[in-house]
Amino acid sequence: MPVLTSMRGNDAIAYAVKLARVEVVAAYPITPQTIVVEKIDELIARGEMDADMIHVESEHSALAAAYGAAAGGARAFTATSSHGLAYMYEMLWWTAASRIPLVMAIITRALGPPWNIHVEHADIMSTRDTGWLIAMAENNQEALDLALMMFRVTEDPRVYLPGIVGLDGFILSHTVEPLELPDQETVDEFLPPRRQPYVMEPGEPKAMGNLVPDEYFEELRMDMHQSLSRARQVIMEAGRDYGKLTGRSYESLVECYRCSDADVVIAGIGSWMGDAKIAADVLREKGIRAGVLRLRWVRPFPWEEVRESAIGKKLVVVLDRSVSFGHAGPLFLEISSALEARPSMVGVLAGVGGVDISYEDIARIVEHVYSMAEERGRVYIPAYWYHLGKFHPMPPYEPAFLVPQELPKGE
Amino acid sequence: MAVNIRKLPRKKYVMPGNAACPGCPETMGFRYLGMALGEKAVVVIPAGCSSVIQGLWPRQGWGLPVLNIVFAAGAAAASGLARALRRRGVDAQVVVWAGDGGTADIGLQALSAAAERGEDIIYICVDNEAYMNTGIQRSGLTPYGAWTTTTHRGKSEFKKPLPQIVAAHRVPYVATASVGYPWDFIAKLRKAASIRGFKYIHLHAPCPVGWRFDPGLTAKIAQLAVETGMWILYEYENGRLRLNPPSNRLVDPSKRKPIEEYIKLQGRFRHLKPEDIEKLRQEVEMNWREITAMLKLQEELERQEKA
Repeated sequence: MPVLTSMRGNDAIAYAVKLARVEVVAAYPITPQTIVVEKIDELIARGEMDADMIHVESEHSALAAAYGAAAGGARAFTATSSHGLAYMYEMLWWTAASRIPLVMAIITRALGPPWNIHVEHADIMSTRDTGWLIAMAENNQEALDLALMMFRVTEDPRVYLPGIVGLDGFILSHTVEPLELPDQETVDEFLPPRRQPYVMEPGEPKAMGNLVPDEYFEELRMDMHQSLSRARQVIMEAGRDYGKLTGRSYESLVECYRCSDADVVIAGIGSWMGDAKIAADVLREKGIRAGVLRLRWVRPFPWEEVRESAIGKKLVVVLDRSVSFGHAGPLFLEISSALEARPSMVGVLAGVGGVDISYEDIARIVEHVYSMAEERGRVYIPAYWYHLGKFHPMPPYEPAFLVPQELPKGE
Repeated sequence: MAVNIRKLPRKKYVMPGNAACPGCPETMGFRYLGMALGEKAVVVIPAGCSSVIQGLWPRQGWGLPVLNIVFAAGAAAASGLARALRRRGVDAQVVVWAGDGGTADIGLQALSAAAERGEDIIYICVDNEAYMNTGIQRSGLTPYGAWTTTTHRGKSEFKKPLPQIVAAHRVPYVATASVGYPWDFIAKLRKAASIRGFKYIHLHAPCPVGWRFDPGLTAKIAQLAVETGMWILYEYENGRLRLNPPSNRLVDPSKRKPIEEYIKLQGRFRHLKPEDIEKLRQEVEMNWREITAMLKLQEELERQEKA
């Protein structure tokens, strides 16, 4: 029987790791990820979980040790955040290109300086090009469910790539929310024993990660790219199966809230999309038909779903909680690239470094850019920074430059 | 502990046609590793010469399973691998085969942590005294005075005393070895494999390319390093220090060959002035004084304990 309980986001991750029967955990503490490590150690100490915990000296070693364990045939896990993730960056590439299934939780947090421990998506967005699958939770229940799903997806022979589950620092990691904890039998039914392409065994000479001719290297990169594309199907299957067993289906790579009849679509990732949903309700009361497109998966990029939800709308507002300096928010760039028939688009940078953004802020943002779009007929603003109630157009996107008439209009 | 050469396995774990330079000490060392541990070994290799010696896929120059890994992560990846194999009930000996840079410089943090955690692995530092894979740049284990492409006037610092640093972690086994003394190295590997916990072997490996000597002289130079007292063969077993043959008799300085015999064969020391050689000699004296002082102290303490 599943248990209805309440716990912090980090505890939810720890319980997912336990239910997934992870055998080796290697981690290093960093705020706000620490609770994950502490909880897992506690579960092991209480005899509730049978796993090896490697208390490494750094995040670089955390992922290296988890990688070594996975290469040795064990289901492995690590978790990190912010600077810890930056420190293990090299290993992100090494793990993904080795085609080694592995799951990591990233509790999103800003990178310094100045020091800041609060939520920002700069860390998780920096992993986009490394070949990992990336999912992003909206709440603690989803963090747990996505973590369980991630083990299955990464170990599927059509994928064989590692995966990241992201949850917002403090907003989810340290906030107690009610959630349903699946029982072990259900998880066992959903998650088969580990599969992986090859295992390091004594007496079986083989080399992992040695030199290859450049042509093979490129082929391997092409294959990684294809596997990530194939992962889309695997995710949908896993999400459907998970739904059958738990009643919570994650069949789609995105979540659409009141999208179908919307004029304005608010797009984004993470916990603040919950506030965006309230903002959409508020806006509808004011006569602006708003909806929310939440990307549950960043990699593989839900290209088709984004197109389905965005093309033909009057306006798409993309909320980014991190910046690709000198350009725009990374999510804006991703979504914009998927739409060849672009509606009016505005990329809003907000809440960077954990600055609090309420549903009222989101409603205010959307109201402002919606009236601007109505007034001008069409707008395209990649980087519009909302900071403490004020809008700051970011160069080089000067307002005059923002309405290129030659751009094809959306239907 | 004695190794009978006639009883060593005939199977070779270094394949012909690998990408090593002529006279490469790493292929010698790896062959001994295979002779000592055979099918039990699973090797983790951080970036270095040994990553390249394997050759281009689909060829493979090492006859043992090899997990290649990034430079700083040798000990950490081996920790995870050893835990996984043990959990799965597989009888294996995980071995890190790392160069001096991967051990004393970029890999030191992970090495120290794995030692502190007491991971059940053998860590071997194949010390060719510079970054040879990238073309002879100085490392923390390059000796005083040696020319490298980043120390054109000769290195002005001494070699990092790595075996002592690892021994200070109080791990059950630390040993020095040399490719010039295969039986000693093989015996040490076998002893290390019989011990549970973290084991460290520092293998001296003269590199003909980086040290500028004739590739036919690798074994000879390795032996000269020991005979001149510049490289001392010893082991710490559960904290107890012991000199090994053939370094035993060299406690007596008169039994050591002059260090010039070792230096003159190597192009990397060609520019040394007499005062530099004197400095090197002093370093050798200092190393020996340290070792003999520790041996004496150990003896004295053991005598007192018995009394």
